[in-house]
Amino acid sequence: MKKLLASTALLLALTLPALAEEYTPDPNAKQGGVMLMTYKDDVATLDPAIGYDWQNWSMIRSLFDGLMDYVPGTTDLRLGLAESFEISDDGLSYVFKLRPGVKFHNGREMTAEDVKYSLDRVTLPATQSPGSGFFSMIKGYDAMVGGTATSLEGVTVVDPLTVKIELSRPDATFLHVMAINFSSVVPKEAVEAAAGDFGKMPVGTGAFKMTEWTLGQRLVFARNPDYWRAGEPYLDGVTFEFGQEPVVSLLRLQNGEIDIPGDGIPPAKFTEVMDDPAQKAMVVQGDVLHTGYITMNVTAAPFDKVEVRRAVNMAINKTRIVQVINNRAAPATQPLPPAMPGYTADYAGYPYDVEGAKKLLAEAGFPDGFETDLYVVNTDPNPRIAQAIQQDLAAIGITVNLQSLAAPNVIEAGGAGTAPMVWSGGLAWVADFPDPSNFFGPILGCAGAEPGGWNWAKYCNPDLDKAAVAADSMSDPAKLAERLKAWSDIYMKVMEDAPWAPVFNDQRFTMRGARMGGEGALYVDPIATVNFDYVYVK
Amino acid sequence: MPAYVLRRLLVSALILLGVSLITFFLLYVLPADPVRQIAGRSATTATVESIRRELGLDQPFLIQYGHYLAGLLQGDLGRSYLQKTEVATLIASRLPATLLLMVGAIFCELALGLSMGIAAALLRGRVADQALMMASFVTVSAPQFVVGLLMLYVFAVKLGWFPIGGYGTFLHLVLPALTLGILGSGWYSRMMRSSMIDVLRADYIRTARAKGLGRARVVLRHALPNAILPVIAMIGIDIGIFMGGIVVVESVFGWPGIGQLAWQAIQRVDIPIIMGVTLVSAIAIVLGNLLADLVAPFIDPRIRLK
Repeated sequence: MKKLLASTALLLALTLPALAEEYTPDPNAKQGGVMLMTYKDDVATLDPAIGYDWQNWSMIRSLFDGLMDYVPGTTDLRLGLAESFEISDDGLSYVFKLRPGVKFHNGREMTAEDVKYSLDRVTLPATQSPGSGFFSMIKGYDAMVGGTATSLEGVTVVDPLTVKIELSRPDATFLHVMAINFSSVVPKEAVEAAAGDFGKMPVGTGAFKMTEWTLGQRLVFARNPDYWRAGEPYLDGVTFEFGQEPVVSLLRLQNGEIDIPGDGIPPAKFTEVMDDPAQKAMVVQGDVLHTGYITMNVTAAPFDKVEVRRAVNMAINKTRIVQVINNRAAPATQPLPPAMPGYTADYAGYPYDVEGAKKLLAEAGFPDGFETDLYVVNTDPNPRIAQAIQQDLAAIGITVNLQSLAAPNVIEAGGAGTAPMVWSGGLAWVADFPDPSNFFGPILGCAGAEPGGWNWAKYCNPDLDKAAVAADSMSDPAKLAERLKAWSDIYMKVMEDAPWAPVFNDQRFTMRGARMGGEGALYVDPIATVNFDYVYVK
Repeated sequence: MPAYVLRRLLVSALILLGVSLITFFLLYVLPADPVRQIAGRSATTATVESIRRELGLDQPFLIQYGHYLAGLLQGDLGRSYLQKTEVATLIASRLPATLLLMVGAIFCELALGLSMGIAAALLRGRVADQALMMASFVTVSAPQFVVGLLMLYVFAVKLGWFPIGGYGTFLHLVLPALTLGILGSGWYSRMMRSSMIDVLRADYIRTARAKGLGRARVVLRHALPNAILPVIAMIGIDIGIFMGGIVVVESVFGWPGIGQLAWQAIQRVDIPIIMGVTLVSAIAIVLGNLLADLVAPFIDPRIRLK
């Protein structure tokens, strides 16, 4: 609930130029020390236009900055490289004033030209950015993607410290978009000097700069002495070691050799860790903007009947599934996770009711049930969860054949519409930014229902699409409550049509060594995963 | 001899061409769209299609393969889909670790295999001989990930003699090299045993014994150098077996070689890296075999290359 209130505060803040208060630093925080973190796999890239996985997301955040940022450990927006901004009355134009004297790691001062260059770069097809779609509200985006322009028409350099961004439609999520990694400001000369390898030679304005990367072995960040937020970061550096199995990392943490096992607690060791007081003391728990769900392809029998989809919702014993994963999650009632604004707190979801589900199936014309396929990613714990779903559905007469495959194959089957049911685990939706719209478009909207899209239920309700556009157009602060209500209504309508059976909302569990300081939320930061800029060595 | 080498090199080039075509085709028909992987879940259809065009993946198979081949002939293995770095750079940065592991593994398998083989030959027919040959069976058939995990558990976790995976010092090398080496040692011990038995039956050994030379001298000076030669020629062929093993062993031990690179690339459908590692492995195998054939006549003058 506290989280929910915090998020609501965010929305209030979002629409007003006066943002959340600055972060109150930990009074015990002190500078110095190098943190050691381990991972199994090497990092794919540190290019903010390219990097889009849970591992490099936090690293990129500490090497780069965008115009907007979040208060550490929360989902509250705050100013980043922008010192202030103004929104026009029609919500179509944003003018950002940049902080003077911000330097890139190469020593050059950052200007409005760099902001423009960075936004052009991320939307140019040649960059192949997975984040390009986030910028579709900026005027001139279609021409960029269509290849008829090489610069965004809507982004103008007013003077060296002022940039104006015009939108083609009012969009209440725009400031969030200016805070995601893809909006990071990069220096043109460094990108060009890297000759296609900027992801291995990153240069930003962030709290840390990269000083060494031995591929497959280690990556070293050192404090940026010129960082524009005075007194930050606290750590002198962060060293990442690769090639460490999660179980091995856990052993090393217990021996005091490392500070954070980057891959988290191995599922097989979870109970052991939580039962041992010494180990449990190192565990930090936090919210994730995540929902795990089952999709049902509404375009094909038998899931074209809403009764069948509702029956599935009622047949799933969510509490038991949460137990299967050692209570590392909470049962879900709706597509939005509880920490997200727009979440409908007074909605209890479909009840667990086997008899009721059987009755619905009979009404739909399947008194004896039917046989179907459930696609699932073949990495633990997903097959175990799928087996629990299989048993639950067997109880109402539905025979489920499990198709346990590698992630890309499940994505392909879901996108092509050949999968009647998909369990989203291992691919599940984690919000890119804390806004209710983020759970709709690609996974529940008509655009995502096209072949290859991520809307695996193939659910397309044009009325809801219209309602979504209307809700996102409400960038007027006076309409805040209305916008939130609109999104809540949209998700309630989704639950009525039941293209999904929401199952649980993940909780993040990580561990930190005894010498590490800083509040727990910094280690399970809803935005940055681990917030390197603010954690410290005691 | 030069004509033979030339012919073999030509055949090798054809083999590599075949390998590249088959691998490229298999990855092409894979039921997973790499563009979707790159574009991410938020991508619009327009973004997805623009990336597909950028990568040339909207072209028919033969044109895609033609482009790849044209690049290959200029030494260009392409760029990783997800890392954007040149595949050649990625492989080059990881090759030294794999080569080091191979050297370590060859040393382990020779040391273990040869000593087991010699001992078995000298103790032929006794219980010790049978025990050694039984042991060689076990090592040949034990799955590497099981052996690797067992080694880690016993020698690193329980006894603490070696680091728990990783890379950097001699101690890091021991367990992965031993894991790879144990597999090969079984083959070598059996070969060494039969080769040694053959040699020990030879007339010149009987002569040496008749001269009154000591047993150690007969074995070490006269029998071993002759018996070991055909075994040494096996090393070249061994490279192929290693290439299969490194993917597993490097992943278990967190060894930053090309096997680990391949494993990560497979999980991410990063086709240029999978192609690159496959080709480099194929080249290693082809060269290893060629080397084995070229060395053979020097070891045994009865063999002639035609």
